[in-house]
Amino acid sequence: MSKHEQHGSNHKPAERKEMSRRQFLSYTLGGTTAFMMGGAVLPMVRFAVDPLLVKNESSSFVKVVEESKITNEPQEFKFTIHQVDGWYESDPELSAWISKDDNGTIFALSPVCKHLGCTIGWNVKGKNEYDCPCHDARYTKDGKNITVSPKPLDEYEVKLENGFVYVGSIKANTRVG
Amino acid sequence: MFKTIYNWVDERLDITPLWRDVADHEVPEHVNPAHHFSAFVYCFGGLTFFITVIQILSGMFLTMYYVPDILNAYASVDYLQHKVAFGQIVRGMHHFGASLVIVMMFLHTLRVFFTGSYKAPREMNWVVGMLIFFIMLGLGFTGYLLPWDNKAYFATKVGVEIAASVPYLGPYIAQFLYGGDIVGAQTLTRFFAIHVFFLPGALIAMLAAHFIMIRRQGISGPL
Repeated sequence: MSKHEQHGSNHKPAERKEMSRRQFLSYTLGGTTAFMMGGAVLPMVRFAVDPLLVKNESSSFVKVVEESKITNEPQEFKFTIHQVDGWYESDPELSAWISKDDNGTIFALSPVCKHLGCTIGWNVKGKNEYDCPCHDARYTKDGKNITVSPKPLDEYEVKLENGFVYVGSIKANTRVG
Repeated sequence: MFKTIYNWVDERLDITPLWRDVADHEVPEHVNPAHHFSAFVYCFGGLTFFITVIQILSGMFLTMYYVPDILNAYASVDYLQHKVAFGQIVRGMHHFGASLVIVMMFLHTLRVFFTGSYKAPREMNWVVGMLIFFIMLGLGFTGYLLPWDNKAYFATKVGVEIAASVPYLGPYIAQFLYGGDIVGAQTLTRFFAIHVFFLPGALIAMLAAHFIMIRRQGISGPL
């Protein structure tokens, strides 16, 4: 290459894209270093992001309460689910606000405020609305967001069997448009 | 792309001398395995450092899952090793790397000893190296308890009882290490704290001193 450069002014050599020794060495050393670092770091990164890639199986239905106890006025009912959290298994108690609409359809709302995740309650301020204690978010009986919250309350899947109400996994609210 | 960003920063902060000073120095012929193959013995220090970096990295990742608590420690280690993707590998790196650090450090010490590199003017670096050696042993000892299995329990018990045989001070040392009178909840948390905060902090400081001194004094001459 250096020879070409010396005589380059007389007659133009065919332009060859040759790699200099320095370039070759830095690519080789850089590549080897990258390979070795990758070999060490990639397993650790995969290890760290594992929770993102774990498939969560949909929860099964849990028996909550007799159908006859459901009124038009929302009531809070507690139920326990089995929860596996890494190496820790527990049976936490969850709650659902269950009521009947005007057509007699039973539906269950999640008590988790869609603003920032506090726990809402029915008719706390005597306005026949769901109220959130944290930032005064309000929802209608159907879970429609009136103020503060950007989204309506989530709904539980509901199943009626042998006169009992069962709730399943959480879904987005289907009662408000 | 990279070059443009580098130049932009370099224009403002003049960073080239910084890394030049760290990376750009001549390797004398007698320590270069390309000239004399037997010079590979000069690589053990660098290998020790390389494995130490792997230990620090894999340890950081392990603490994403590990809990230093007598009820959950074993379960969390079991979980991270068998349920989390690449858990076996990441824990394996830390587990086998720990032994490898000791081996490499020992070989490095032997090289320094037999080439007489510890002699004047490098005595201080030998002393710092010895401190690093004891810090590494401490890391190995405290890390051994963390999985909280039978081996961990009895190894710690034996280790602390050896420490307890020190004249006069022994019982106090043992009580300090146990955090009480038994290998239990308090032992586990304090070993965890020593393993992930105190000793790594001391180790990094000592390594910095080790490297600054060798750059200041240069590597010792050929035999």
